[in-house]
Amino acid sequence: MGLMTLDVPEASAGYSHYGVLARFETAKALYRACEAVRDAGYSKWDALTPFPVHGLEKAMGLKPSKLPFLVLATGLSGAGLGFALQSWVHILGYPLVISGKPLFTWPAFVPVTFELGVLGAALGAVLGMFAFNKLPTYHHPLFRSKNFARVTDDGLFIAIEAWDPKYDDRDTAEFLSGLGAVEVEHVPIGDPAEDSEAGGAA
Amino acid sequence: MAQSQDNTQEPVAGRAPLIVGGYDFRSMTEAVAVPVERKTPVGWWFFFLPSLAMLGLFGVSIGWLFWEGTGIWGLNNPVNWGFAIVNFVFWVGIGHAGTLISAILFLFRQKWRTSINRAAEAMTIFAVMCALVFPGIHVGRVWVAYWMFPLPNQMDMWPNFRSPLIWDVFAVSIYGTVSLMFWYVGLIPDLATIRDRAKTRIRQIVYGIFALGWRGSHRNWLHYERAYLMLAGLATPLVLSVHSVVSMDFATAQLPGWHTTIFPPYFVAGAIFSGFAMVMTLMLICRVLFKMEDIITMRHLENMAKIMLLTGCMVGYAYGIEMFIAWYSGNPYEQFAFANRALGPYAWAYWIMVSCNVLTPQLFWFKKMRNHIGWLFISSILINIGMWFERFVIVTSSLHRDFLPANWDYYQATFWDFASLIGSFGLFFTMFCLFARFLPLVATAEVKTVLPEADPHQGEELVRVVPAGSGVEPAPQAAPAGGGGS
Repeated sequence: MGLMTLDVPEASAGYSHYGVLARFETAKALYRACEAVRDAGYSKWDALTPFPVHGLEKAMGLKPSKLPFLVLATGLSGAGLGFALQSWVHILGYPLVISGKPLFTWPAFVPVTFELGVLGAALGAVLGMFAFNKLPTYHHPLFRSKNFARVTDDGLFIAIEAWDPKYDDRDTAEFLSGLGAVEVEHVPIGDPAEDSEAGGAA
Repeated sequence: MAQSQDNTQEPVAGRAPLIVGGYDFRSMTEAVAVPVERKTPVGWWFFFLPSLAMLGLFGVSIGWLFWEGTGIWGLNNPVNWGFAIVNFVFWVGIGHAGTLISAILFLFRQKWRTSINRAAEAMTIFAVMCALVFPGIHVGRVWVAYWMFPLPNQMDMWPNFRSPLIWDVFAVSIYGTVSLMFWYVGLIPDLATIRDRAKTRIRQIVYGIFALGWRGSHRNWLHYERAYLMLAGLATPLVLSVHSVVSMDFATAQLPGWHTTIFPPYFVAGAIFSGFAMVMTLMLICRVLFKMEDIITMRHLENMAKIMLLTGCMVGYAYGIEMFIAWYSGNPYEQFAFANRALGPYAWAYWIMVSCNVLTPQLFWFKKMRNHIGWLFISSILINIGMWFERFVIVTSSLHRDFLPANWDYYQATFWDFASLIGSFGLFFTMFCLFARFLPLVATAEVKTVLPEADPHQGEELVRVVPAGSGVEPAPQAAPAGGGGS
């Protein structure tokens, strides 16, 4: 799940609609609705909010992010490369004896090793987050909904995608209305010609 | 006081609100986005143009430095480190409060940070930019400044990684890089807000590119929040290491007054102290200029004043313990260095430092003074003057009289020393003005999470029989997997 769900170009082949977009009035209503959508067995869906609603991943049944493992790996790589660089410089690359001290003065390498470890981990966290989230993604069918602009303001949305096995044009929309959605709409995918014309900004 | 409600007093039951003025999500977006979208206010030019002029002075002073060399500064033989290093340490220190607010207070779950963290992080980045200029220009032969980096070159020469000066290059440049990434990650949702509100094509494209197509998906928020948490966890030891490494530039030297183990914690406390003073100065101006008194409230200011009091006392303690250890060590050079600091030719600088840094924050013991806008402003300026002098005292008073009296001299700053100091403020304020004009000054997405209606379990506490946090869930009616209402 997770990563592949938002892979629109592949998954959407043969569908005329992206799916159903429903807006909820309060965080509480959204939370309850997410629990219901999860329990109804939908898998290709998403909650879209202007701020991270606390604990919503539980209501959606999402697994925790795997990002920490990546960050651990890039952090250790950064530290390892840093230590290797310093050792190489002082033992092989440019061996200078200073005050009769040994060439492999590892305690003096600790600060730079630490800093490069932090740099590796931070790059891993940011670039890994971009990769996991597929950012930048300048085109998305949801941006075709006028209403959806509120997602960065006060709009709390649930979108259920048309290629979900349980999806039905009419039933899914009614299901979301029944959960207390104040606005429900079908979002078109849009044709390729229009896409290429739309240009840079989403 | 323009604020609509006093939130500095905790009510008997519950907590006082962090944000006052009855904001909901939409009005919060408006409050933050409108200053980015409306016509430039006249007041902004009032700050921007003088800053730009000072930045011009910076350019002239650096150009003249490159043309003529470091002889234009007041450096002499015992005092080989002058304003350049003083300014460097000062600016790095200013940056530290931004990271403290954005990372350390985040890990401590101090939710009041959300109103000020964006601006404080921006301050960090601009302060690090100012700091990085000085090591770059002070080397004399600037065209070989790249020797500071481990780059393969035709001389087959490499930097000495055993030197704290090279640790400094890595610590400060990585600190700047990580701060920039942390700040940008925090900005993404707010850039998307500006993108979605944009009326013109240019704004849509520019903000759209930087917003990366963010659409608030919770599947994205999940990775986003995790990345943010880890960046906070990484920035915390990083910021402590940066000023520790800066202090080792001094502490690993054998000079009396520098060669001491107290330096790393003492420098870190001083850095946070001066940085909070700078955040205070900037926020006091911004909240009035951008009408954000209800978002950056008295409570935020009071909390900052408390941290300034704490770190100010730590700095005062460090001054005292330095004196004590100098006496207690029995080392005559150490004793002389400190007697000379307090009573010698630089006594004027020492006593400016002590009165600004130790005495000024003591008034923050009184709530009345913590809530006094005028005093907060004056004290924040005084503290930054004091903290600049602290670095001046450390650098010059130890250097100007070392072991051999034949070497003694007095360091007197020239016009160009002052020009580069004033110029660096120009760079800082120019950048900050541009930031305040074109980017959301408050982390809107984060502030929305501290509004009561952002809680998906709002009101549920009222029906709870068991106390929150006891591990026992209040039996929900339907879905069993409902998250804890913490």
